[in-house]
Amino acid sequence: MNALKSFWKNIASLWSLIVGLQVTGKAFCGPQVTVHYPRQTVGPEGLEGFRGHMELVPSVKDPAIPKCISCMMCATSCPSKCLTVVKQKEPKPTEEQLKAMAEAEARGEKVKKLSAPKNPAQFIYDFSLCSFCNTCVENCPVGSIRFTTNVYFATTNKADLQMNLVERLAKQAASGKTVPGEKPKKAAKTETAQSEA
Amino acid sequence: MNAIPIELIHIVIAIALVAGFVGLNGLVLVWVERKVAGHVQRRPGPYEVGPNGLLQPLADAAKLVGKQLFTPDGSDKLVFWLAPIVSFLPVMPMFLPMPFSPFLTAMEVNVGLVLILAFAGLNILALCLAGWGSNNKYGLLGAGRAVAQGVAYEIPLLLSVLAVCFMTGSLSLTEIVAAQGNWPWQWNWIYQPIAFILYFTCGVAETNRAPFDLPEAESELVAGFHTEYSGMGFGLFFLAEYAEMIVVCGVATALFLGGWKGPGAAGAWWFLLKLYVLLVIMIWFRWTYPRTRFDQLLNLCWKWLLPLSILNLLVTALVIKL
Repeated sequence: MNALKSFWKNIASLWSLIVGLQVTGKAFCGPQVTVHYPRQTVGPEGLEGFRGHMELVPSVKDPAIPKCISCMMCATSCPSKCLTVVKQKEPKPTEEQLKAMAEAEARGEKVKKLSAPKNPAQFIYDFSLCSFCNTCVENCPVGSIRFTTNVYFATTNKADLQMNLVERLAKQAASGKTVPGEKPKKAAKTETAQSEA
Repeated sequence: MNAIPIELIHIVIAIALVAGFVGLNGLVLVWVERKVAGHVQRRPGPYEVGPNGLLQPLADAAKLVGKQLFTPDGSDKLVFWLAPIVSFLPVMPMFLPMPFSPFLTAMEVNVGLVLILAFAGLNILALCLAGWGSNNKYGLLGAGRAVAQGVAYEIPLLLSVLAVCFMTGSLSLTEIVAAQGNWPWQWNWIYQPIAFILYFTCGVAETNRAPFDLPEAESELVAGFHTEYSGMGFGLFFLAEYAEMIVVCGVATALFLGGWKGPGAAGAWWFLLKLYVLLVIMIWFRWTYPRTRFDQLLNLCWKWLLPLSILNLLVTALVIKL
């Protein structure tokens, strides 16, 4: 009886062959998902979530200046040590300011030193070391660093992989190519990532 | 001036035509195969060379011809280079009794089926020689598999063919086709559905096509018996495989699907249409089913196909006797 049962089971399982043919047949008739590269390129919706090299997010006020506050969270958390953030020095006080400060000191007031601007002087990113782990993005408190969706980056020169992201942002702002539209979304993303972590 | 018999001229012309047909079909099938593979995987397949990639197989063929013929160290040179020739040459006579239409049969033989099946058996020898001559473990394993598989599947194949021969009482493909009617329900696949399925399964296995492509299993054996072959050595095996596919599907068309007969005007176009439908189904199989394991392959043959084909043959014989 058991043998007969397994016999029929084997026969019935032949149906799975038909199911398989249906699956591939449907895929055969369905639309294609690839593009003919040199003639067509993938649209932005196809690049969502792609991790290209890093870039800085411009601040709301000035598209040439990043949101970055030079807190070094990204550089310290980076497992590949591919980020170098150079803070700005405090500006030298002018003659008048020096005078004012000296006067204030003489009056016995607390002298407020000139503070350095928060945005970084340099933000060097070594693309050749980056492992696209997203840790810097997760750790940035102001959402100032993000992945580009640049799939076409290619170079024959290793020096091109050392990118000065501040310069890049300034250049982009000058040519009017900055994409500030994604800022709130990116910030929200990093927040959720942090809460998950 | 009677030195050259007319029959000889006939055969020479036929063989030349067959060679052309096989070569052309090889190119077309390579294109079809790659296109089907592409579309099944939701990509376009070859596209750059020629309109829709139509000239891609030609470019591939030119590349294959231009490649260096390399003989590996320690190989048996004679056997090594004999193998592709032994694989390809028997293809020619296999096409001779193929009944494309009543007027388009190269050679009218009353044992045409036996001729085809006999020459089809030579292919296993070629694969065995190739694997043995290569001095390569993958080649040898592939050859071993090819022999075990080929010998096993030949038996149910022959038995399922025999059932049809019993019905018609003839071994001539032309007569078998002539015995079938014009409409699909008058063809042999209605009377012999089990034999048809068995034949097609065994045919896929005999031509070493997926899911039964164990002799050249890429993921296990690099390329199996043709691992060491470069250039046209590989090209000949490739061409022979496609030619065998055409033969298997052609015989299936003649035996089970009414050959050149069809609704409306009967002719070679019906034969070619059915042939190509079967070929596309075979290619479809390849891009659908995962490769079987070797023990599963032989279990399927010895425990299922062989008993089924014997049973089918006995029942057929009984019905005919009654």
